[in-house]
Amino acid sequence: MIGRFGEYGGQFVPETLMAALAELDDAFNAARMDDAFQNQFVDLSAHFTGRPTPLYFASRLTEFCGGAKIYLKREDLAHTGAHKINNALGQGLLAKRMGKTRIVAETGAGQHGVASAAVCAMLGLECIVYMGTEDMRRQAPNVYRMKLLGAEVRGVDAGSATLKDAINEAIRDWVTNVQTTHYLLGSALGPHPYPTMVREFQAVIGHEARAQMLATEKRLPDLLIACVGGGSNSIGLFHAFRDDDVAMIGVEAGGLGIASGKHAARFAEARPGVLHGTYTYVLQDDDGQVRATHSVSAGLDYPAVGPEHAHLFDTERVGYTYATDDEALNAFHQLARLEGILPALESAHAVAEAIKRAREMPRDEIVLVNLSGRGDKDLQTVMSASGEQ
Amino acid sequence: MNRIEEKFVELGTQQRAALMPYLPLGYPTVEESQDLIRVIADAGADMIELGVPFSDPLADGPVIQHATQVALKNGVTLAKCLAMARAARDAGVTIPLILMGYANPILRYGIAAFARDAQNAGVDGLIVPDLPPEEAGAFDAATRAHDLALIFLAAPTSTPERLQKIAAATRGFVYLVSVVGVTGARAQLAADLSSFVARVRAITSKPVCVGFGIANAESARQVAQIADGVIVGSALVNKIGNGNAIQAAREFIAELRGAINHKIE
Repeated sequence: MIGRFGEYGGQFVPETLMAALAELDDAFNAARMDDAFQNQFVDLSAHFTGRPTPLYFASRLTEFCGGAKIYLKREDLAHTGAHKINNALGQGLLAKRMGKTRIVAETGAGQHGVASAAVCAMLGLECIVYMGTEDMRRQAPNVYRMKLLGAEVRGVDAGSATLKDAINEAIRDWVTNVQTTHYLLGSALGPHPYPTMVREFQAVIGHEARAQMLATEKRLPDLLIACVGGGSNSIGLFHAFRDDDVAMIGVEAGGLGIASGKHAARFAEARPGVLHGTYTYVLQDDDGQVRATHSVSAGLDYPAVGPEHAHLFDTERVGYTYATDDEALNAFHQLARLEGILPALESAHAVAEAIKRAREMPRDEIVLVNLSGRGDKDLQTVMSASGEQ
Repeated sequence: MNRIEEKFVELGTQQRAALMPYLPLGYPTVEESQDLIRVIADAGADMIELGVPFSDPLADGPVIQHATQVALKNGVTLAKCLAMARAARDAGVTIPLILMGYANPILRYGIAAFARDAQNAGVDGLIVPDLPPEEAGAFDAATRAHDLALIFLAAPTSTPERLQKIAAATRGFVYLVSVVGVTGARAQLAADLSSFVARVRAITSKPVCVGFGIANAESARQVAQIADGVIVGSALVNKIGNGNAIQAAREFIAELRGAINHKIE
């Protein structure tokens, strides 16, 4: 069985897509070995995306917690405001290489949609972005941003009108237009080769952070923390440290709390199943129907998790926990006040966990948090949660 | 011999294609849907595909997607689908019954328990649209142990190597997806359908049935000239969703049956 992480992963898709997945797998493997492709990716990562992103010592947040030193990997400073651009760039170049002229993408918070739209504009590709109408409401500025970048945003009313349903529609579009279209999937999930491919395009985060940490502190961090929706920013950070003696925590969306049932904490229930082409942990009811999720952050509001994370959970290489909506909002405000940085609400989940953990760790230890995106897109959500509108 | 194989032997002697409607269980209501199985069988269907609802049916177009969402609201589960098949058998339905449903509800139910219970319910086959042969190991073993035909789909995009693999793995028949796309009635048949059917016939002696996109009696008639079976889904769902489901289904199935009652050329 191909594309497995332990027992997770695979290719559970309609037959119509199987040839396209094989073509994509071949193209990705060839591109990995092709210096011209790699050079173009590295060059555009530097001059289009703005890599390397900085490693920032959060001194006031560290002082506030009174424990371990907290460093932030500033993916929020990448072009279009989140780590999503790394993968969008890689897949965009791959789509060109395969001769595809049309891109479909899905987006939850809008970060992946904006990144895809920007890359498509830069490469001259047609771009269609599927987005749940509930997410369009929550992330209105990003919808407009995508349109400015030349993408067509198609609202999805089905189901819960969020990320899961946007992925369903993107896959239906891909099934229908597979000969001309590449599906630019935005996270380390879906059928093989997506989980591996997206991880490889995001692994730049961890490779940079590791080198930057060694340069700054002359040592590796003790703990890595990243939020986990589909799981691409976290796997991108974790991958470079997989063989190091470094602890890792992935933070899911705890929503209104696990007991409320309104959350997206897949590891809190750990029920394996198939969604969107991959065998992984899926929030589902006793009859195997996928459950509605809730999170204040549209980007974490997804009922399945990337299959490599399911394997990392089983093998206990990574610990998984969650932050509630309230904890994430508090962390959002604390980072803003203490460091002058508005984190994406997704990233604020990781910051919330960092605040908890750093307090309990000695001052000579180091926590590295992936600040996966910036929070400008979340102002409306934060305003209404704070009673400002 | 499995009921599906028997049916194709019988149809072979008549040199006629099978009419195979797709019925989403629990739509428009559970009660009507239960009655529709018998009504459709009586009206001339040769086999019935019974649709198991799933929350995220990514191979389906808007019509079946909507019907399965209604079915879920009506409380239909995989266990209830099995009970409905059993009730149809008890009501005298003797034609092959094939469940069509996505992988996850079956995985949650347990593959072995599902295969056992499906056999006990009088089910003859299983179609899982998100299960290519590569992922089907456990499904294949369990369905073989309980005399269920695990039926695989072939698509116009399938490579020659994949068509070989699908034809070898499938039991009962090969399910040809006539279009590059999701389920849903299309105004016209795909232009290259007959060459696609010919490509599959060239590599297998198993029956070849065509589904996805067959909108009306005329399309069904054309498909019946080249294939061993005609699968009609969204077009039937459209008919039964517009009130008086029983009468609409009876008339539409009779019309389709009339259109394909000719010999395969």
